[in-house]
Amino acid sequence: MSDTVAAGATHATHAHHEELGFWRTYVFSTDHKMIGRQFLFLGLFMLIIGGLLAMMMRWQLAWPETAVPGVGWVPEPYMYEGIIPPQTYNALFTMHATIMIFFVVMPIMVGCFGNFLIPLMIGTRDMAFPKLNMLSFWVGAVSGVVMLVSFFVAGGPAASGWTGYATLSAKAAYTGVDWGQNLWIISLFILAISSLMGSINYITTIVNMRAPGMSYFRMPLTVWSLFITAILLLLALPVLSAALAMLLFDRTLGTSFFLPEGGGQPLLWQHMFWFFGHPEVYVLVLPAMGVTSDLLSTFSRKPIFGYHAMAFSMIAIAFLSWIVWGHHMFISGMNPLLGTAFMMTTMVIAVPSAIKTFNWLGTLWGGSIRLTAPMLFALGFVSNFLIGGLSGIFMASTPVDIFIHDTYFIVAHFHYVVAGIIFALFAAIYYWFPKMFGRTMNEGLGKIHFMLTYIFFNLTFFPMHFLGVGGHMRRIYNPMQYEFIQPMQDWNVFITVTALTLGLSQITFLLNFFASLFRWNANWFRFLVQIVVSAISGYALQMFVGLALFLLVGASLPLAAALIAGVVLGAIVFWYLYRKMGELGETAPRNPWQSNTLEWIATSPPPHGNFEAQPVVYRGAYEYSSPEVKEDWLPQDKPLGTGAAARAH
Amino acid sequence: MLQWLPEDVSTFGGEIDSLFYLIYYITAATFILVTVLMIVFLVMYRERPGRRATYTHGNTTLEIIWTIVPAAILIVLSFMSVSTWAKVKRGAPETDFELQVAGKQFNWEIVYPGSDRKFGTDDDRKFDNDMHVPVNKVVRVHLTANDVIHSFFLPNLRLKQDAVPGRTILVWFEATKPGKYELPCAELCGFGHSGMKGWLFVHTPEEYTQWAQENLTPKPQ
Repeated sequence: MSDTVAAGATHATHAHHEELGFWRTYVFSTDHKMIGRQFLFLGLFMLIIGGLLAMMMRWQLAWPETAVPGVGWVPEPYMYEGIIPPQTYNALFTMHATIMIFFVVMPIMVGCFGNFLIPLMIGTRDMAFPKLNMLSFWVGAVSGVVMLVSFFVAGGPAASGWTGYATLSAKAAYTGVDWGQNLWIISLFILAISSLMGSINYITTIVNMRAPGMSYFRMPLTVWSLFITAILLLLALPVLSAALAMLLFDRTLGTSFFLPEGGGQPLLWQHMFWFFGHPEVYVLVLPAMGVTSDLLSTFSRKPIFGYHAMAFSMIAIAFLSWIVWGHHMFISGMNPLLGTAFMMTTMVIAVPSAIKTFNWLGTLWGGSIRLTAPMLFALGFVSNFLIGGLSGIFMASTPVDIFIHDTYFIVAHFHYVVAGIIFALFAAIYYWFPKMFGRTMNEGLGKIHFMLTYIFFNLTFFPMHFLGVGGHMRRIYNPMQYEFIQPMQDWNVFITVTALTLGLSQITFLLNFFASLFRWNANWFRFLVQIVVSAISGYALQMFVGLALFLLVGASLPLAAALIAGVVLGAIVFWYLYRKMGELGETAPRNPWQSNTLEWIATSPPPHGNFEAQPVVYRGAYEYSSPEVKEDWLPQDKPLGTGAAARAH
Repeated sequence: MLQWLPEDVSTFGGEIDSLFYLIYYITAATFILVTVLMIVFLVMYRERPGRRATYTHGNTTLEIIWTIVPAAILIVLSFMSVSTWAKVKRGAPETDFELQVAGKQFNWEIVYPGSDRKFGTDDDRKFDNDMHVPVNKVVRVHLTANDVIHSFFLPNLRLKQDAVPGRTILVWFEATKPGKYELPCAELCGFGHSGMKGWLFVHTPEEYTQWAQENLTPKPQ
């Protein structure tokens, strides 16, 4: 990222007339944009680790107790020449979830885009507390290091699930994991401190530092979503911290908060964990909803449908998220009367989500829709959120939950919601990459990335519903140990094959991201990108065709036909890329998407201090195709004739 | 998708399954409606030269409709769920057949009370993982755990209940068809969680009497 950021830093030095050295520019920076980029790189690094852990789990589920390729070097007893033992399998899903939730989605959606976008979108120079902001990142980075160190301590990392249910997590003897679990607790405790610092900063900045004219109801929905997210974090994290501290005391100091033999209550942990955990789910998904709203409006060239309903439904979700935690505990032994009450609140919280989905549809209606890479990913988020939201209704009904609780139906549901966020995450990266780095990501590669990710995400997670309906429990090491699950094993193989392809497809993103960032445009490299991406696409698409045929007519594609299909499809992709793939990392103009929000009036990337002059806001963020102007966009800061400006107030 | 549901052999499973079907049809219809509209809009309103997007900020009537309709459906669904939930989780009928089940790493410990029908006396009989009950008989299970949380899962009886250390939770079922049904642990309970399972043997009354005579032999009075 060297010279992109160097360009930004040069501006910064001009603006401030002081020399910031390497360390203060790239490492201990107080610039919200640099901190945002730091969170992005932290999140992407962890995404690769979390993804690889998932691939290993999938291997074990499809072909139990066979050697996973490439990990033969892991010493015993963690692996036996590549064969995963049960204890390691438990550690894999524990760490996969922990990393994906706390070190991928939170750092990228909240840490990166919160930091990068809030000051730019509300038209101010920086966060309210820049040093606190820097501290927030570095405390978060320490937490990530502690989590990664836990892989290397004796006994291995935490293996009691990301939910860390006591009593399993409260005594080393129950899992055989001693310091791994302690470090897991300590790491999350540190991360909570980091997030608290961030959320205080976000709230203060949004309340106090909005540009002149930027009333609350002129803020883009991305800012609204991050504002509400920050409030949720501020209120939820202390509960998690308290629970974690109690758990650590039970493990190390001999207290009995959660241990019945000392008078403690195992369910207390679940109540505290989910009292944090359910708002946490909305912490993850609200920014994705905000980003999606902004992108759908921008690329439909149309105002967001029902702006106030969109903002109020997020506020409603935030309030209701505090009184639904018990729906994670219907089967836990909690009083069944409470189960009935939590079912009612849970059904109610589905309503604002439904409103959002219909308003997104309303935004598309009558638009002039541009299917750019970021728009495709935003639509992908809507489509997956729809499935995840609808499958949630099954669990909300307490009697149905008796059967599907702790099965793959739940795994399917939360992957459609939480892993579905990755679509909003990619959408946001493709959309704001030009502003972040002053370069554009490649559209052609982005579209191929979307196609592969969308197809294989659905092929991976949708069949998990079938497994769940069949009663397939989650968190089991070897499905073949159960007679009633054995007939469904073909689906496990299917899911693993598609999950591996989903993982492989992400190479397309990494190539695009880094090649655009560093402007790798040497002929040999461009050719390499084209070959690699078309090989992946050819392989993936022939598999898609093959699997579709298999499901429709029950006949598998003969090897020769599959090879031919792969070569033909790969060749089509290659031809497309050869013709359409322009320069990698093209210099980004200020406003490449012709968007209304304030970040686009700054240079790409904006210098330290962001704007050349303090922007003044005259209208909301969604004046696309307004009859008042000839163009189909009307930036928030553009003054019209006095009459028009007055009307806009 | 629904053909994957395991065979139901319980008295309350039918109600659970019909709620499942109902929600399935409602969500499937909603999914199709939204997806079709989305695809139609993406095609109809794709960017075309010379056409400008409709400038509108919303439609209050429409928004009220699509708030009230889902709210009504969801509230009706939750009221429909209340009675089945109460039946399974709160309404354990009276019976003379009671068992104690304790989850422990990594077995189900099943205790028959013996002829005095009291637990914790000398004539108790303990079995690991095998549970024998007569068909068409209400069975009350006093469920607990000795170490960590386990979950008592009978897929064919649509029954699941976590077993929590330090507590005893009453669950019940009535099997309607003789057979052999799997009894896995559904809550992560440690490295041996996978493979922690028992079997529920549902016998005809004659078979059960025979089994009881062979295995629960009462002490001479």
